[in-house]
Amino acid sequence: MAGPSTYVPKSGFERWLDARLPVVRMMHGQFIEFPIPRNLNYMYTFGGILMIMLVSQIITGIVLVMHYTPHADMAFSSVEHIMRDVNYGWLLRYMHAVGASMFFIAVYLHIFRGLYYGSYKEPREVLWILGVVIFLLMMATAFMGYVLVWGQMSFWGATVITNFFSVFPIVGDTLVQWLWGGFAVDNPTLNRFFSLHYLLPFMIFGVVILHVWALHVTGQTNPTGVEVKQKSDTVPFTPYATVKDLFAMVLFLLLFSYFLFFLPNYLGHADNYIEADPLVTPTHIVPEWYFLPFYAILRAVPSALGGVLLMFGSIAVLFFLPWLDTSKVRSGAFRSIWFKAAFWLFAINAVWLGWLGSKPAEGWYVPAMQIGTIYYFAYFLIILPVLGLFETPKPLPNSITESVLKKNGGQIASGAGQPAGATSAPETKG
Amino acid sequence: MAFFSSRSLKSLVIAAAVALVPAGSAFAAGDSKPPRMQDWSFAGVFGTYDRAQLQRGYQVFAENCSACHALSRIAFRNLMEPGGPEFSEAEVRAIAANYFVMDGPDSFGDMFEREARLSDRFPPPFPNQEAAVAAMGAYPPDFSLLAKARAPTRGFPGFVIDIFTQYQENGPDYIYSLLTGYDEEHVNPEGELGHYNPYFMAGEYIAMAPPLFDGMHVYQDGSPETIDQYARDVSAFMMWAAEPHLEQRKEMGFRVMAFLLIFGGLVYMTKRRVWSAVDH
Repeated sequence: MAGPSTYVPKSGFERWLDARLPVVRMMHGQFIEFPIPRNLNYMYTFGGILMIMLVSQIITGIVLVMHYTPHADMAFSSVEHIMRDVNYGWLLRYMHAVGASMFFIAVYLHIFRGLYYGSYKEPREVLWILGVVIFLLMMATAFMGYVLVWGQMSFWGATVITNFFSVFPIVGDTLVQWLWGGFAVDNPTLNRFFSLHYLLPFMIFGVVILHVWALHVTGQTNPTGVEVKQKSDTVPFTPYATVKDLFAMVLFLLLFSYFLFFLPNYLGHADNYIEADPLVTPTHIVPEWYFLPFYAILRAVPSALGGVLLMFGSIAVLFFLPWLDTSKVRSGAFRSIWFKAAFWLFAINAVWLGWLGSKPAEGWYVPAMQIGTIYYFAYFLIILPVLGLFETPKPLPNSITESVLKKNGGQIASGAGQPAGATSAPETKG
Repeated sequence: MAFFSSRSLKSLVIAAAVALVPAGSAFAAGDSKPPRMQDWSFAGVFGTYDRAQLQRGYQVFAENCSACHALSRIAFRNLMEPGGPEFSEAEVRAIAANYFVMDGPDSFGDMFEREARLSDRFPPPFPNQEAAVAAMGAYPPDFSLLAKARAPTRGFPGFVIDIFTQYQENGPDYIYSLLTGYDEEHVNPEGELGHYNPYFMAGEYIAMAPPLFDGMHVYQDGSPETIDQYARDVSAFMMWAAEPHLEQRKEMGFRVMAFLLIFGGLVYMTKRRVWSAVDH
């Protein structure tokens, strides 16, 4: 994407370093010069928000570990010790717990942005697949982190989730004993989950670097879905994206702060303030809210193995999405009303499945879960492959510049597309 | 855990999670009466604990509940810390002097009892859960976290509205409703030894007999000496015990959000300025 570097080392030290390890030149290229489409909307700011959420989770997590004891007899009390006796421990712990929820809110919006604007389509398949890998790692990390509290929901949630693996024929029992490190969820389970919960965020960080690398090779998509064709289609990352992303981050931090300071336990479960007791099963075992749609899919069919396969399948199908969508145009904005209806129904269905996930698998909830599950899979396996073959997309603009100027009533003929009144041409800034 | 084979535990869990069995118990959480919502001084953005109420609540706990219920995560020093009942140091030392705690082993290898210090936590009334069950018939739960651990689910649309009203006092509302919700007229069916209470989350009959009676505690500040007032005060005290840094949290939250609003406004104006030259 980027042309030759415009980085000019300013000090003697920078020149010295640049000749040996041009790391500043690389960062300059990626975060200052990097051209972004000029027509991005606020749905494109969640990448940056996710980055600060990951960093926030890692920093609060590292400090929490300084006060936490990973032992079945002491874990719950050490969390309460953090909440009561550690200076600002309540802040760290609530930031980490509420932060996990916020991380998922941002990642779901980020994923739905990609689904609507066709961000997964050629040539961004690898970028998309890396994103799905990050999502999977996030789910594993969040699940294991929730277990570390060692409350009732931690313990019984861990028991239910690890038991998924027992449904696989032949290897199931061995697999579950291997996960547990014994014959039930107990201290060895807590210890290995603690170890992995510390490891996985750094693996996420590694895949995020690949994700951003892939993004900076192909460049970003944009709401028109038309690729960048000329310099006037783009603006440099700094200051344009930096300031816009910063504003979106502040808005997101406002939402985060609202829950963190005023509703810190709203997104959690009251039963997790009861210490784990292997002899007392809670009335309803439910996972955290961000797993609920998948929990509904799990329980939609009467067969345990079938449910587990469907649940894993609901994530696995995302890996194949780039090849399942046959649409000739990338962006949903230029697709037929049928696509838009199917997309929004998919979004509503996902929330609906989430609500059903919090309900017991009984009565009319079961057929509702089944219908929701069928639509979830039909969207990927039937609607997206078939719809693209038949629908007539709206005419695409020739370029991003043309679409932007048309929207703002400007004249297309103005040279490179730079408005006459522009005080500085973005391509010369930086 | 030893008496659960891996297979029986597994089938139990799979049955609970996967199979289409209706929840077997008629006492599912949703069946009890929803708690009666009360006005709490600690609700809302500017909520703070009412010191006098926490002190009265402590009095009810000390004179009454503490005979059976532990408060094992609270240290005596917590009673004088900012954001809580804020007893004076002399008062807390006098409270601690009423308690003996087990310490040791000493240089002979023996455990010994000594007077409680400010840094000690409230000693439990029973040595362990089994002893409590043997004496009481059921385990009287520890008070330290109860106000956060007993929160009846709100259902739709309550849980959506709660985001905007910041309602999160269902714990103290539940405790208050339970304490004032006994129905003395109720005639138990044959063989039922519990006490009928429609607010109880885990069934219709609770092992605890009605613990409060009008006039049983003498308040120094002239507050009404009624079951209603006792229940309200001890519920507030339990909320503080579960969330001792609530005031600090809400105060910091207000400052953080005020900063973010102003900072966000400045960033927005900067963003407008930067993008003003570019159609987008």
